[in-house]
Amino acid sequence: MSPDMIDLLIKSFLETCYMVLVSVGIATLIGIPLGVILTITRKDHILPNAFVRNVLGAIVNATRSTPFIILMVAIIPITRMIVGSSIGTTAAIVPLTISAAPFIARIIESSLLEIDKGIIEAAQSMGASPMQIIRKVLLPESLHSIVLGITLATISLIGASAMAGALGGGGLGDLAIRYGYQRFQMDVMLATVVVLIVMVQGIQTLGNYVSRKLNKNKIS
Amino acid sequence: MIKLVNVEKTYVSKAGNIAALKKTNLEIKEGEIFGIIGLSGAGKSTLIRCINMLEVPTGGQVFVDGQELTAMSEGELRKARQSIGMIFQHFNLLSSRTVYDNVAFPLEIQGLSKEAIRERVMPLLELVQLETRADYYPSQLSGGQKQRVGIARALASNPKVLLSDEATSALDPQTTKSILQLLRDINKRMNITIVMITHQMEVVKEICDRVAVIEGGHIIEEGPMAKVFTEPQQPTTREFVKTVNEVHVPDLIASGGIKDTYFDGARLIVNLTFLGNSAGDPLVSSMIKKYNVDVNIISGKVDSLKDTPYGTLLIEILGDREGIAQSLQYMKDADIRLEVIGYVS
Repeated sequence: MSPDMIDLLIKSFLETCYMVLVSVGIATLIGIPLGVILTITRKDHILPNAFVRNVLGAIVNATRSTPFIILMVAIIPITRMIVGSSIGTTAAIVPLTISAAPFIARIIESSLLEIDKGIIEAAQSMGASPMQIIRKVLLPESLHSIVLGITLATISLIGASAMAGALGGGGLGDLAIRYGYQRFQMDVMLATVVVLIVMVQGIQTLGNYVSRKLNKNKIS
Repeated sequence: MIKLVNVEKTYVSKAGNIAALKKTNLEIKEGEIFGIIGLSGAGKSTLIRCINMLEVPTGGQVFVDGQELTAMSEGELRKARQSIGMIFQHFNLLSSRTVYDNVAFPLEIQGLSKEAIRERVMPLLELVQLETRADYYPSQLSGGQKQRVGIARALASNPKVLLSDEATSALDPQTTKSILQLLRDINKRMNITIVMITHQMEVVKEICDRVAVIEGGHIIEEGPMAKVFTEPQQPTTREFVKTVNEVHVPDLIASGGIKDTYFDGARLIVNLTFLGNSAGDPLVSSMIKKYNVDVNIISGKVDSLKDTPYGTLLIEILGDREGIAQSLQYMKDADIRLEVIGYVS
């Protein structure tokens, strides 16, 4: 590979990192409250509310069932409104975030549901308010499992970011398609794949490590 | 301290309504340890949860410390709950918090300062003998230690009432004893009213002042523990008493079978129960003199019901038909609790 190619690879790598990290960050900020609401409005939880739960649930499901490539095209007007353009790495963050947020919301929901009902009951018996239960019981108790979930979301966003690349978003996926696939540059293709594998491995290892540190159920 | 007036709880489901608790009236005095015993599904869990409104009753009124919980708003209820501590069968500690932070939790909820929390938590950890474990996580503790943390946490906000939901059911007998001892201690020292539900008669016997037996959502029997224990009225109560106080006739004696009526050369097996200071020996010896019978002691046991000494004596009476009949009548007249087991050869 030529030095130019290596520069391009580094640039693409950084673009992917930028797209994925920013969208995971924003999606988590949206996904946590969403997941919390989906959980606590359940019938036997702390603030049952069938209406809120059903409406939110429907929106989340609708977003999740739309294939990413279609979602990306469909929300071009929204993307334009937010970033002023529908092309480019920054523009790709909007559809990536919108597709990741409901996914993270469901992950948060399932993490929160793992918490023993008895612990929530104990907090209620001490006079904790719903907000206190969320902040002091639900989130801290499930943090280790949430971290694993976000790791999962991050990795699947790396995949999605490749598709975003196809629409002028840049990044490793874009590089692999344009140089590796369309120009038959096998070495570029291989290099991208290797970088992606290392990235995914690294993220998973980091996620596992952090989760293990946070999980106080298993202390040797 | 606690008063339930016509409290009932019905669960509505598609399969039909389930009355977990039927109209229940109960009064628990300040400073007493009140036991509620029942089999699983009897409604005891629902009953204790109605006291702090974890289960909202479908009817009736709940009063704790003169306040009617059933008439309160959400916010008022949260405030009231701060003076009702609760401990659980599975401890329900926060796994992500250390022992110290678990005990601090209810105080954090009340918005106390870090210093104020520290001042409260450390003495509590000493009380439950876990001061050296302050920085441990629950997963590093044994069951008994976890329950001690649970107790310290429940006491953190200086409650007037402590509710115990099967707190010893997940513990081994020895640990159970030490936890009960701790609860007794706390009850005496802080004059805190304790309500405990359990399915173990052993627990009731150890520490309760009064006891209620619950079955099918009804309180079927209620009274001072020693009375319920020695004179159980209901079949279920009798079953419970039996679990800790079963009369066992040795096989060697019962090998020929136990008959209900006298036959020649028969010996009558009787189980005597002495409570408090009622003396047993003069009764037996005077019976021997008066009716020309012989008495053999098969087995004897001295135990206590909370603080009341309590003894049982399994004896066999040898004599003729008349002697045995008169002895039996004599014991009955002596106002001693006796249970006739039967005649053996």
